[in-house]
Amino acid sequence: MSSNPQQPSFKTDRSRLFKDRFAQYGITAGGVMVLIALLMIFFYLLYVVQPILESAKVEKRVDITLQNAQQYVGIGVEEQTEIAYLLNSTGTVDFFQLKGADTGKKLKSLVTDLDGQVTSFAKSAPFLGQYAYGLDNGQVQLVRPSFLVTFPGNQRVITPRLSYPLDGQQLLVDDQGAAIERLAFSHFEEKTAVVALTADKRVIFASFTAEENMFSGEVEWVVERSELAVDSRIDELLMSPDTTRTFIRSANQIYIFDTRDASEVTQIQILAANEENANLVGTTLLAGANSLMLANDNGEVSQWFEVNTDHGRKFNKIRAFETSKNSNVDIYSEFYRRTFFTTTNTGDLGLYYTTSQAHLWQGKVSDGPIEAFAVSPRSNAALIIADGKVSVFDIHNEHPEVTWSALWQEVWYEGYPEPAYTWQSTSASDDFESKFSLVPISFGTIKAAMYAMLFAVPIALSAAIYTAYFMSSELRRVVKPTVEIMEALPTVILGFLAGLWLAPLIETHLPAIVALLILLPLSMIGTAFLWTKLPERIRHLLPDGWHSIVLIPVVLLVGWISFAISGGVEEFVFDGNVRQYLTNELGMTFDQRNSLVVGIAMGFAVIPTIFSIAEDAVFSVPKHLSNGSLALGATQWQTLVRVVLLTASPGIFSAVMMGLGRAVGETMIVLMATGNTPIMDWSIFQGMRTLAANIAVEMPESEVGSSHYRILFLAAFVLFIFTFVFNTIAEFVRQQLREKYSSM
Amino acid sequence: MVKQWFKSGSPWIWMTGGAVSISLISVLGLLAMIAWKGLSFFWPSEVVELELNGSVAKQTVIGEIYDREMVPKTRLEAAGYDLSAFDAEFIERILVKTGNREYVELDFRWVLSTDIQKQSTPAAMAVFERSKNGNFYGYVDHVVEDGKVIKERSVERLYELVERAVDLNEEALDLQNGEIGHINYELERLRLKEKGYVLDNALTEERVADLQAQRLALREEYKVFEKRLFKLRKQAKRDQVVVRDMRGELVTLPIYQVLDVWFPNDMGTFSKVGHYLSQIGKFVSDDPREANTEGGVFPAIFGTVFMVMLMAVIVTPFGVIAAIYLHEYAAKNAVTKMIRIAVINLAGVPSIVYGVFGLGFFVYMLGGSLDQLFYPEAAPSPVFGTPGVMWSALTLAILTLPVVIVSTEEGLSRIPSSVRHGSLALGATQAETLWRIIVPMASPAIMTGLILAVARAAGEVAPLMLVGVVKMAPTLPLDGNFPYIHLDRKFMHLGFHIYDVGFQSPNVEAARPLVYATAFLLVSVIIALNITAIGIRNHLREKFRSLEH
Repeated sequence: MSSNPQQPSFKTDRSRLFKDRFAQYGITAGGVMVLIALLMIFFYLLYVVQPILESAKVEKRVDITLQNAQQYVGIGVEEQTEIAYLLNSTGTVDFFQLKGADTGKKLKSLVTDLDGQVTSFAKSAPFLGQYAYGLDNGQVQLVRPSFLVTFPGNQRVITPRLSYPLDGQQLLVDDQGAAIERLAFSHFEEKTAVVALTADKRVIFASFTAEENMFSGEVEWVVERSELAVDSRIDELLMSPDTTRTFIRSANQIYIFDTRDASEVTQIQILAANEENANLVGTTLLAGANSLMLANDNGEVSQWFEVNTDHGRKFNKIRAFETSKNSNVDIYSEFYRRTFFTTTNTGDLGLYYTTSQAHLWQGKVSDGPIEAFAVSPRSNAALIIADGKVSVFDIHNEHPEVTWSALWQEVWYEGYPEPAYTWQSTSASDDFESKFSLVPISFGTIKAAMYAMLFAVPIALSAAIYTAYFMSSELRRVVKPTVEIMEALPTVILGFLAGLWLAPLIETHLPAIVALLILLPLSMIGTAFLWTKLPERIRHLLPDGWHSIVLIPVVLLVGWISFAISGGVEEFVFDGNVRQYLTNELGMTFDQRNSLVVGIAMGFAVIPTIFSIAEDAVFSVPKHLSNGSLALGATQWQTLVRVVLLTASPGIFSAVMMGLGRAVGETMIVLMATGNTPIMDWSIFQGMRTLAANIAVEMPESEVGSSHYRILFLAAFVLFIFTFVFNTIAEFVRQQLREKYSSM
Repeated sequence: MVKQWFKSGSPWIWMTGGAVSISLISVLGLLAMIAWKGLSFFWPSEVVELELNGSVAKQTVIGEIYDREMVPKTRLEAAGYDLSAFDAEFIERILVKTGNREYVELDFRWVLSTDIQKQSTPAAMAVFERSKNGNFYGYVDHVVEDGKVIKERSVERLYELVERAVDLNEEALDLQNGEIGHINYELERLRLKEKGYVLDNALTEERVADLQAQRLALREEYKVFEKRLFKLRKQAKRDQVVVRDMRGELVTLPIYQVLDVWFPNDMGTFSKVGHYLSQIGKFVSDDPREANTEGGVFPAIFGTVFMVMLMAVIVTPFGVIAAIYLHEYAAKNAVTKMIRIAVINLAGVPSIVYGVFGLGFFVYMLGGSLDQLFYPEAAPSPVFGTPGVMWSALTLAILTLPVVIVSTEEGLSRIPSSVRHGSLALGATQAETLWRIIVPMASPAIMTGLILAVARAAGEVAPLMLVGVVKMAPTLPLDGNFPYIHLDRKFMHLGFHIYDVGFQSPNVEAARPLVYATAFLLVSVIIALNITAIGIRNHLREKFRSLEH
């Protein structure tokens, strides 16, 4: 290819232009991506928190028409919600496929071994998954549909079976052999008990213990029976899974028996538990078996649990839920959580959570009455029998325990004497009622920040004012970086010193700390006064703006004196032990790691932040302002207070804001210098737990995706927003101020 | 007159000056205290022999004096001491570290000065630093070498035997961590490979045979090493030393447990300094022992440095690019200004928030996806779906990104625009101006930002507790096994070490000096970094000031 040599070649320039473009796009893309990544923190936190704000959803999955729907008395579903089982009144258990191609197909029909005619049926607490048939010969058979999961060829196969919790042995509840009309039972962790109403209207409580025969190795059941005295007609029987409590509903009255010991069954309370102008129609025990749920025929459901009163532990009405205006309400509880479901004879389903007093969902799920209801083990599906068919519903209800009121208002938790703000997130047991009140830890955060600011603000601002306005410039060049270097000090070191050095020191030398508080300002003024009395010759030896250096030995001396007299003061004023004095005379509890320690240590961490920004603000007040004031005859101090500080006040405000932001989010100091107990008390001698420390303590153990995990994310989100907003205000104020100065 | 003096405001000026004094005293006092407590720990303090009689039964106590305090007599009397013979208001109490943990109930005890009948510092007193049960104090009675009792010149012999045992132990440890660790690592890799084949349905007969052959070869190798290891251990266990302790009883100490022996009361200043330096050397180069309460902090130093370096590698390019974008390319409008304020403020967001973000986003979300994609054979045990050094570095990179951006931008804004205009006027493109002129001129600022970021990262603990730090990591993130750098491993960290040893260890009293020493190490590194950064920044300011005129 020939080219005209006269024409200038742009070849190299094109490649340069290309590089230039490339750099422009590359850097822009990179820069924007980094900024987006930073923005992502905000959105990711929100993304994790968001599910707790979602309301519950119930969606129908499938309907299975039944041949003879009336015969079924019990229903349940296995853990994967792939197979449902229906128990009929004669002991047959039918299994139905709920997922995949064969949905709706009856898989199997198994027959319970029963020696006698079935006269009654009962189900256990949901998490046990057991069912019992009461027979006409006074015996009871327990049965449990169970599922064998195998993986032939990496394919999950679930095989339904029937298992017998008591190895197929029938329990003889009534030794007189009368037919059992109603029953309730529990077989849980070595404890087995049945309460039954016989055909001749006796109520029998029978507890069974397995004893292995030493020689034959056979298991024999040792039974203890006692009759419960209830005069009137009996509508319902209930038993707690641990068999310690038995509840008998007779019309509107609930008889409560202590059945801890079968030989000594005692009646502990009779509740007249119906709502005003209403009658009881249904009862059930909530998961955890501490709460009794009662349904009234006006549609109201109330929760009752034992509360310590003057007359011992008594069942009290705690809260009530308005459900549908329907006279025929049934209540069903979940496996582990405090969720309960209500069903009505008009096909309405309701979903509630007791602790947060939340009405989660309400809707019509069938046209006819709901005959039976069951929830899946993972609480993600529910089954009903209604209208001659089984309907399966998928339930999305991951976080019922989190509501605005559960997080921020007083909640009456099970076993508590009164409503309280409590943070207690986890426990060893599955059916633990989580207590997610953010109030105590938010309180702790505020308390810690407040004590820190109380300590830091006066010192940091005074020091900043002096350094910026009075101090000689050569001294300032040394002092400012020295104080600022403290900002770089790892907080873990401050926390360690606070916890292991300062806390014991304060504990043993409490009077010294109080003395310091009083003596230090006095000694400074005293020194100042003495200074004026010194001959002028000596005074003039010291250049202007070196007051701090003069005061250093004074402060050290006062500090030494305070600690030296501390023991003596304690001896004479407080009988040798301040801690005891505080507890006995003033009724204050004294924790070794308390707010005073946190205040000092965290104040220490905050001082450099406030100092640095406030010093900058005061220092950059234009000199002609102060010079003008001085020229008009104002003293240094007057100029400072009326001119300099007034001008710099937005900067000082922003310094305090920044400091507060830092104090609120500080983790390690609080973690190490307090006992981390979430209590609500302003006392300076007690500790606290803050949001940040709470996250650090609990986050590693919390299960991913659980409500606890998301609430901790919420706490982080709150911290993020809080500090971000505070810092933005501070930064904004500072920028405004800078513009103002430059225009002066 | 006084009233007028108050009116002049002079006392208030003094008061504000006092606040400066308090700040200065606290800063310097704090640093001095950490330095003193951290450094004095290694000094071979003398071991005293106290003969007690009085409120306690007649006995001898041997140990190092740790602390002294004055206690009101009344409080002691309330605690059941009979002190009627003394009429002082306060009585001195001495904390003695008695060591010999397996023979006494507590290795620290308080002794009333009134009980001390006689105090001496015998030259023959020996201190044994042991790999188990802490220090032992006592008099060397004799040495048992290979079953033979040696009474003559036993101390000289003891030094040699201790050195021999230490060497043998070291050799055994090297073998265990090196060759044997390598074989275990390879075996685990073979297992994962096999599982990977199974998951891909690609496990052929050939491959099974091949894996089996490799496994057999490794096992053979293992046997050889194991034999050597047992031989070394047996050799190390050969000798004992018999010591008379403070109860007057003869105690046999196996020499393979003795790491060092010295006679502090018999040392001159010179040998004390030598011992001091060697103890500091051991502190920074040894592994921790006895649940981190004894020994060195080498893995923590290594973990901190490794993680921080990794973080620096990540944060520098991103921070610089973002700063260049903000300052050179982004339109100068309100949006950019807002973004700038937001970036500055991100530096003030609590570090724990970044930790939460790192745990949720990096560990569970990114790490979980990585595991599913690339390590299905390792399931159910996670590889990257669990806290580790990479996630820690990334989390801290995000945490320190604002620091680098702000510092770089400050550097860029200090470059006079005349320089830019000059370059552009001479025909350079914007990219060339940037690359040849601006970035080199801003490089000290970038350096400053990086140093500040490193200093901040080295001191952060709270986020690391969520994303990768552990109290005891069995292996370093860097070793001789392919692929040599193990970013999925957990690591130890100086800051977390302080928290863990100071607050989670069973014997806080014994561990405290170690914590001070660790704290001093961390503080000095961080302050040195900060001072360097400040120095560079000041230098930079001077440089550009001269450029402007």
